[in-house]
Amino acid sequence: MLPRLEPRSGVSAAMMLLTPAIAVGLTLIAGVIMFAALGFDPGRALYTFFVKPVSTLYGVSELLVKATPLAVIGIGLALGFRANVWNIGAEGQFTLGAICGGGVALAFHGVESWLVLPAMAVAGILGGLAWGAIPAFLRVRFNANEILTSLMLTYVATLLLSYLVHGPWRDPEGLNFPESRMFEDSALLPVILDETRLSIAAPIALLIVLAGWVVLSRAFLGFQIKVVGQSPAAASYAGFSEKRLIWTVLCVSGALAGLAGMFEVSGPIGQLHPVVSPGYGFTAIIVAFLGRLHPVGVLFAALLIALSYLGGELAQIELKLPLALTGVFQGMLLFFLLGTDVLIRYRIRFRRRGARIALPQGG
Amino acid sequence: MKRVGLLIAAVAALGIVAGAQAADKVKVGFVYVGPIGDHGWTYRHDVGRLAIEKQFGDKVETTYVESVSEGADAERVIRQLASTGHDLIFTTSFGFMNPTVKVAKKFPKVKFEHCSGYKRGPNVSTYLARFYEGRTISGLIAGKMTKSNVIGYIASFPIPEVVRGINAFTLALREVNPKAEVKVVWVNTWYDPGKEGDAAKALIDQGADVILQHTDSPAPAQIAQKRGVWAVGQASDMTKFAPKSHLTAIIDDWNNYYVARTKAVLDGTWKSQDVWQGLNTGMIAMAPYNPAIPKDVVALAMQAEADIKSGKRHPFQGPVRNQAGKVVIPKGKAADDKMLLSMDWYVEGVQGKLPGK
Repeated sequence: MLPRLEPRSGVSAAMMLLTPAIAVGLTLIAGVIMFAALGFDPGRALYTFFVKPVSTLYGVSELLVKATPLAVIGIGLALGFRANVWNIGAEGQFTLGAICGGGVALAFHGVESWLVLPAMAVAGILGGLAWGAIPAFLRVRFNANEILTSLMLTYVATLLLSYLVHGPWRDPEGLNFPESRMFEDSALLPVILDETRLSIAAPIALLIVLAGWVVLSRAFLGFQIKVVGQSPAAASYAGFSEKRLIWTVLCVSGALAGLAGMFEVSGPIGQLHPVVSPGYGFTAIIVAFLGRLHPVGVLFAALLIALSYLGGELAQIELKLPLALTGVFQGMLLFFLLGTDVLIRYRIRFRRRGARIALPQGG
Repeated sequence: MKRVGLLIAAVAALGIVAGAQAADKVKVGFVYVGPIGDHGWTYRHDVGRLAIEKQFGDKVETTYVESVSEGADAERVIRQLASTGHDLIFTTSFGFMNPTVKVAKKFPKVKFEHCSGYKRGPNVSTYLARFYEGRTISGLIAGKMTKSNVIGYIASFPIPEVVRGINAFTLALREVNPKAEVKVVWVNTWYDPGKEGDAAKALIDQGADVILQHTDSPAPAQIAQKRGVWAVGQASDMTKFAPKSHLTAIIDDWNNYYVARTKAVLDGTWKSQDVWQGLNTGMIAMAPYNPAIPKDVVALAMQAEADIKSGKRHPFQGPVRNQAGKVVIPKGKAADDKMLLSMDWYVEGVQGKLPGK
């Protein structure tokens, strides 16, 4: 008797929406078992991990601060992934956005003008866009795989930032330590909640989510993206230009990642630093898939992943649990999501050895 | 009803007692840039944390948060510690400087200790060890042990602390072996065993037969042993990772400092200060010398150790020339702390250009 996977005849639309919730539920159950096995009170541990971080207004504001870059990048990636364009280099586009936005802030050091921030935002968007356009060009012109080119450009971006903060952009009063000056107030995003780091970046991120939703569900571009993603042959038969679409989604996702990078340096960080991202560009890939490549799903996924980071920090402080716990929870979440995904497309059958084996069709 | 009243009184009394105990107890928090299992920098800080627990037992409670990114996360973690009743918080990476200062302003009653920075405040101290004194000792040993006269140096980031180490090492190296030269590889990370190992391989391929590292994993020493060359460990005694190759290591020892600062908080005598200690206070120490090092070389190293401790020897004693051959520190003078803290030039004998220059 061997278990086998057999494709189901149809995939339930309701189940597609339900599986993330089921995955979260299964993660919680597995969490209870794990905490109990480790000798912790599971109730208290789960409370510390998932509820306590957001039990204060400051905690909620930090959740939004952490979720903002994930959501902004995740929206752009979801557009691309739907069209089968695999931008893995959002981390680099984020970094370029931080460099360009931060560069404008440093260039206008000492200038008090409301124009500084919009100029920084434009520079950040253009920087990320340019970094996304390179893999687009290489793909369209030379058919170079964008997974590799965008990923490799991430390291170029990180080294460029490192060069700048170690060299020309180093704080002149900073004893040669590798960081820029602190930005002036005119180059910092206005905080919308006193005593927190919650800036206007959060509501802007929400607008971007809405815009992403409208584009995907109502705009012609969204329709093209879906058709190309599901059937490239049908798309070319309909006269959609695949090349133009590759350019569009890579530039848009690059621009959004760049904007997120500019938000980060002009928001919670407030200066350029060799490390501007704890891997937001890569985490946003998980966020995009966890959110079912749907803008609203991406928003919830960004909040959930952000919560897992905050919970992991608090679990270290209050329960003296190791950092690995954060990774374990994120891993379980993905595992259960992918597992339930498989099970709504396939059923498990037990058959005797030697019986005719039908190969799963499609995928 | 009377019983209930008694019960309430008893609970209240318990509460008061518990409150009084909590006031006698000090909560100490640590923010680490790497994992505690790095066997280098963060590991040594965590050994210091455990020393506090061992010394004060029930009177202290310690907490740590590991692998905290130097970006936006640091401020939240530090604030989280400050707002959960920690009285003393150690932040142990340069990148935590601005977040530490920011949070310290909002929590004036909490004491902060930042390792390796230069911004202080009424409740923010800074502390660092004079690691370069250990570089002098390893330079003397490397100069005597090398056959190829090429030394490989794996460096993290071109900040003054690292440049200072390369220079102190090179000066001592060429004091005993004027023909020796230093090749530097910048890996742009404090901890990445894969990258560090690759850098060691590249340097050995270029003829290096002693590998120095200013990164935190034991990978370079392990590669050195595999390839049959010498290595000097970093931050902790890495002998067990490469017993044959490991000449010595520069050990960071934060135990005494951490215990003293915790005691100051317990006694109510804590004051903001700036501390930069070396071999003389034991904040750094040399790991046991490899038995394969000839006796006269060990004697030379021990003598230099004693002379640095007594102040007879300064790692940056003039004349010191830069790469262009120009005298930067004149004869009869030694570098002062200001010059050491902002060092951004190589001494003669280091190959290549300093990044960002």
